[in-house]
Amino acid sequence: MTKNLRVKKSNLIDETYKVSFKFNGITYYGYKGDTLASALLANDIHLVGRSFKYHRPRGIMTAGSEEPNAIVQLHNNTSRTEPNVRATEIEIYEGLEASSQNCWPSVNFDVGGINNFLSPVLPAGFYYKTFMWPASFWEKYEYFIRKSAGLGKSPTEPDPDIYEHKYIHCDVLVIGAGVSGIVAAKTSAKNGYKTLLVDEKPYLGGSTIYQNSEHFKINNQISSSWLEKEINEIKKIENLEIKTRTSVAAYHGYNFLLARENLTDHMPLEQRKNKIRHRLLKIRAKKVITATGSLERPLIFDNNDRPGILLSSAIEKYASLYGVACGEKNVLFTNNDSAYETAISLYQKGINIEAIVDNREEIDSKLIKEIEKNNIKVYKGYTVVDTSGYKRINKVSIMQLSKDGQKVIGSKISISCDCLGISGGWTPAVHLFTQSGGKLKFRDEDQVFIPNIYPSDQISIGSCNGDFTLDEILSTVPKTLKEFLNLKKTDYEDLEIKSSFNKSKRNIWLLPSDKVIGKTKPFVDYQNDATAKDIKLALREGFRSIEHVKRYTTTGMGTDQGKLGNMHALGIIAETAGSKMGELGTTTFRPPYTPLTFGTIVGRNVGEYFDIFRKTPIHAWHIENKAEFENVGQWKRAWYYPKKGENMHDAVQRESKAARDSAGILDASTLGKIDIQGTDASEFLNRVYTNAWSKLAIGKCRYGLMLNEDGMVYDDGVTTRLDENHYIMTTTTGGAATVLGKLEDYLQTEWPELDVYLTSVTDHYATVSVCGPYSKKIVSRVIPDLDFSDENFPHMSFKDAKIGKIKCRVMRISFTGEHSYEINVQANYGKSVWEKCMEAGKEFNITPYGTETMHLLRAEKGFIIVGQDTDATMTPIDLQMDWIVSKKKYDFIGKRSLYRSDTIREDRKQLVGLLTENPNDVLEEGAQIVADMNKSPVEMLGHVTSSYYSPNLKKSIALGVVRNGKNMMGQKLIIPMEDKQINVTVADPVFLDKENKRLNA
Amino acid sequence: MFIINCPYCGEREQSEFKAGGEAHIVRPKQPTELSDDEWAEYLFMRKNIKGIQFERWVHTHGCRKWFNVVRDTSNDKIKAVYKMGEKPPTK
Ligand SMILES: [Zn+2]
Repeated sequence: MTKNLRVKKSNLIDETYKVSFKFNGITYYGYKGDTLASALLANDIHLVGRSFKYHRPRGIMTAGSEEPNAIVQLHNNTSRTEPNVRATEIEIYEGLEASSQNCWPSVNFDVGGINNFLSPVLPAGFYYKTFMWPASFWEKYEYFIRKSAGLGKSPTEPDPDIYEHKYIHCDVLVIGAGVSGIVAAKTSAKNGYKTLLVDEKPYLGGSTIYQNSEHFKINNQISSSWLEKEINEIKKIENLEIKTRTSVAAYHGYNFLLARENLTDHMPLEQRKNKIRHRLLKIRAKKVITATGSLERPLIFDNNDRPGILLSSAIEKYASLYGVACGEKNVLFTNNDSAYETAISLYQKGINIEAIVDNREEIDSKLIKEIEKNNIKVYKGYTVVDTSGYKRINKVSIMQLSKDGQKVIGSKISISCDCLGISGGWTPAVHLFTQSGGKLKFRDEDQVFIPNIYPSDQISIGSCNGDFTLDEILSTVPKTLKEFLNLKKTDYEDLEIKSSFNKSKRNIWLLPSDKVIGKTKPFVDYQNDATAKDIKLALREGFRSIEHVKRYTTTGMGTDQGKLGNMHALGIIAETAGSKMGELGTTTFRPPYTPLTFGTIVGRNVGEYFDIFRKTPIHAWHIENKAEFENVGQWKRAWYYPKKGENMHDAVQRESKAARDSAGILDASTLGKIDIQGTDASEFLNRVYTNAWSKLAIGKCRYGLMLNEDGMVYDDGVTTRLDENHYIMTTTTGGAATVLGKLEDYLQTEWPELDVYLTSVTDHYATVSVCGPYSKKIVSRVIPDLDFSDENFPHMSFKDAKIGKIKCRVMRISFTGEHSYEINVQANYGKSVWEKCMEAGKEFNITPYGTETMHLLRAEKGFIIVGQDTDATMTPIDLQMDWIVSKKKYDFIGKRSLYRSDTIREDRKQLVGLLTENPNDVLEEGAQIVADMNKSPVEMLGHVTSSYYSPNLKKSIALGVVRNGKNMMGQKLIIPMEDKQINVTVADPVFLDKENKRLNA
Repeated sequence: MFIINCPYCGEREQSEFKAGGEAHIVRPKQPTELSDDEWAEYLFMRKNIKGIQFERWVHTHGCRKWFNVVRDTSNDKIKAVYKMGEKPPTK
């Protein structure tokens, strides 16, 4: 059925190694070394996909990572499926399965193709205008639009592959292994620099490695053979590391680069097991040499997107490197000499060329002479005005260009063909250079942007620096390297170079047509279906900035970032707006240069390694006793301990009741602990807390509230005075690290005169908290030597004690409102002390409780949780905690802010208690609080911050913040829910034991 | 990711540090004497310059010391690094 278009043996292709693969369900054969694109072309397949907006048939256009059209889905419906893979990059392997994307139901019959005929109603900005439809309209059409417009399918199963990250430090990084990169890497490594050479291709040598022509010689050898010898030499150099299939994705400041090394994508699936698929290299290079080459420009004319239209350089590469002819009736269309290089190469291989169409009228070079000598027709001063053929080009129409290049004249000539090669000259690949912060300059003579100002120790060489011809490259690069690497001489001083390339070019950004522009489709961005017409429309609608035109027309916004057509877009904008290219600037190329998989970005940080988590020393006990856990910061905290048949509610109700009726035990080890020492420790605490600390006696504990300088509550916790100049501060679990950071900041920068030393000791201690009416009995059994009488050991005090030989600190403090003790021991004794407490409390129904019960118990007492009942807009006054703000102290962090005009407003949101009319209605945390449902719009007064069903009070209780809530005691408010309204009354936030009798019970 | 020359540890990756905003904004010695406007000036107003900026950094995952950095915010080039309490370089 299909033809075989193999034309010659090639070094890259192993014709003894046949590989079978599937494309859209049909089995084809290629050879080892083929890309999917070269193998498809060898089977005479050009049509690979459909375009994004108009669903026009599209074929392979390039032979590299700049490919806009031939993007495919690999291994559809498997865990290894991957969308948006460029057929020009993926190397075939036995069992490869690829399918077209962006078409439904199939590439040959595509429903969305109707958009092509609807195109008059799908102009630039279509998608933006679409989003302005009424929301109801959008919902109906979203399904259809997504189905017909999406770019491939993302995998739904976990990624079976392994990825990793690696740091590399080198003296010199060379990006790109074309002729310039090879020369640079050899020069650098031979002069003692530790050098890394990377290239995105599986082979070295760039395009020179298949330049087999008498017209290009170095020291009297054909350029490709000369380069092959150089490559063989550099492979032996010791301090040169070479990585192929490695593409640099990002070039950041200070010569920090990210590159993706592709290790298994070219292997059959069954060989990939337990191997690393991609490695993300994090490279820090002292010096960077960018040798990324250049990309051939397309030409912009009506219907320049049909399958069978390729870049001329791609046709040359398929023929010379892969041994594949892209067509049997080839036409080349050019504005410069490059297409003649292709033509000569095709001619040598016996591939038929129908004609060459050249924009230039007066041209004279050795290459052209040779073509004409072989009786190939050259149309000089002509342009292509149209093409035909729906799924494959079958004809081009050409006309003569006027002298000024603005119009076409004369009559139309038709040439039938099955392949059209286009060449609009070359664009230096400056993407990485600009990513690094480099500034470009515009070179008028050949209309290119080239590197101008380097932001770091780096240099661009070869064609990415605007030196396109072999003689230019090999005369400039060695000189540049000598200066950049501080060398006296290089191996490349007296090269004899023969290059028949003539640099003349006739640059016309948008080629004229015999039709009005409104009736043409000259594509500028192939992947996103943006035409020259769209760009002109955007300018007509008032867009001027190139960044705006880009977003409005979506030019350059595809997965290829418009590598082919961006220059033309700029050119058309400049011409239409009458401005100069150099002044217009370029759009920003952002990392990654080519797309990266998520796997590459996350590396090994998957599953349980996604984020680090912290376990308390008692964690194993919680696991053994079937606790459910919740994440608090990075900690895994026991949430509740369900018994058989219990749900969360049952467990929490049981735990809460036990803690008040008999005894409860909590693992409080996660609370932040900061050891504070120094002669100014008391003064320091005076300055960081709102209340006074100087008079706190040794052995006593005090609750403190810490503000930000803006007066808002930042953290809270109990601090104990262990000695004259020694305190231990506790912070919230989540705030431990930031509180320490904040305290260090003030000590080092504002108050360096204070004699204070801070040490984080959170992980050094395990904290076991026992509460409830039987807590004293239980703890005194565990620590029999300590006098637990209220006289010796009252509430808010601390004792040093011993459990056997183990030293411990015991604080009598309470977050539940119950009589309660906290035992702090060296972390590794934590579990055994916990178990001792469990043993001692057995007969008193000691009940382990988790964070949920802790939250419920403190809410019954109206104690706040910073971060739940506060949100960085709450002052202590808003929290009705005026009692903790010292009036006497001259200053503390945040004091001045407490009487700013905004913080003294009466109608700020304030913390209040909320009681529901029906005691069984439990409010939802976060629910809105309103007073009047008839007001339009309904005014939101605040929201619910904490809400529980209290088993001890046998009713629902809640805390919330309400505007002017302090003055609303007893007032009725409404919580509107989706299906009902709940009536609530504003109440005192302390629901239980306001007199604190239980603390001493 | 830039490299910062910590005055206590030497050159380290940016990821070891945390930025602390504009430098040389001294906390007023007598905040209670200030008007709302004067206090707001200290509390909220920052220059956020494009160009040479004096800023505070802390070596969080290192020596935990605060110090000052002179950075060109337009290209992240660091012009100088000096300890807290030292005079900023004039050039
Ligand atoms: Zn340091």
